[in-house]
Amino acid sequence: MTAIAETDLQSFVLLRLGDRRFAVKADQIAELVAPSRIFRFPHRTSEVEGVILRRGRIVPVCDVAEKLLGKGLKSRRFYLIAQRRYGSQTEWVALPVTGDCELINAEMTLPGDADGPHVSGWLSHAGDVIEVLNLAALTPGPTEIAPTPPPAPLQQNEARP
Amino acid sequence: MRPLSPVKAPAARTEQIILFRVSGQIFAVSSASVQEVRGVDSLSGAAKEMSYPALRKVKYFVRRGENSVYVINAALHFGLPPAPPALVFVLRRTRTALLIDGIEKMTSMSRLQALPLAYCHEERTWYRGLTALDQTVVPVVKPDGFLTPEELFLLDASLAQEADAEANRQAEREAEHAQEVESLNQLQDNHDTGITQ
Repeated sequence: MTAIAETDLQSFVLLRLGDRRFAVKADQIAELVAPSRIFRFPHRTSEVEGVILRRGRIVPVCDVAEKLLGKGLKSRRFYLIAQRRYGSQTEWVALPVTGDCELINAEMTLPGDADGPHVSGWLSHAGDVIEVLNLAALTPGPTEIAPTPPPAPLQQNEARP
Repeated sequence: MRPLSPVKAPAARTEQIILFRVSGQIFAVSSASVQEVRGVDSLSGAAKEMSYPALRKVKYFVRRGENSVYVINAALHFGLPPAPPALVFVLRRTRTALLIDGIEKMTSMSRLQALPLAYCHEERTWYRGLTALDQTVVPVVKPDGFLTPEELFLLDASLAQEADAEANRQAEREAEHAQEVESLNQLQDNHDTGITQ
């Protein structure tokens, strides 16, 4: 393998949604975990199902199958925890997947004009052509990112009911 | 030489919260934000019903000094199935009272995590953040997130309009009454004049 070819290779995680495979850049993946309890509370962002607790963090669960396959997942085998960028900030999001994930090295082709915003490139792997996902276009987030202030400090107790 | 006294770790800062129920869903609010907890029955004397179609969640208002406090059905606010409320939280430093199903318990939280940025709609104004308690996640409500300044303005304007309309109706009633009295006086005068002639 030549030096030039080596620099073109990047690491990707292949994930399975139903009978299709997609890829995410490996440096955007934090971990792959078994499904755990989803906590739900009222909200208006339909793409978010709820949150899971992982290593003390509260992680939103976004089922991207709805956008990619046109239908949500009926069963899920793992949550792929990815790092989603919001401007200069990064937060974890959990993506339900239906099968094992695989780490591969491959060369990415840039997207074409006809590709949707959720496609950040293409891979050729084991005879398949696989979309590399752009998580920023696929998972919800504010359109304009203002630096998020830390949550208000805990309040002193001033009164009791 | 005296032995060194053991260094005490600073106590973790905590905040007292009230866990409350709305249509089976648990929420938290800082106990410092709750000025009063009352039964709904105690409201019935003071609260006046109001109907503002654009804000169905506002069911009543209560006059407090020069201000009106708006009573909000929490289930309608959060888009949950309606359930008969049993308690009202009057929220401190707001003009909001909240109809809820009941109090679950009082406890304390040691960490409040910002709402994940994936939540990017109205809920950002509803919640201060999320807290993990006993292996569950509870949203912590923002006391001033139940009515926006614009909504308060609309509600105040609606009440002012209603008060003006009532004042006009009262003035009309008084004018009609004065006219009737005048007519009666005139009849009486005519009658008296007829007798004297």
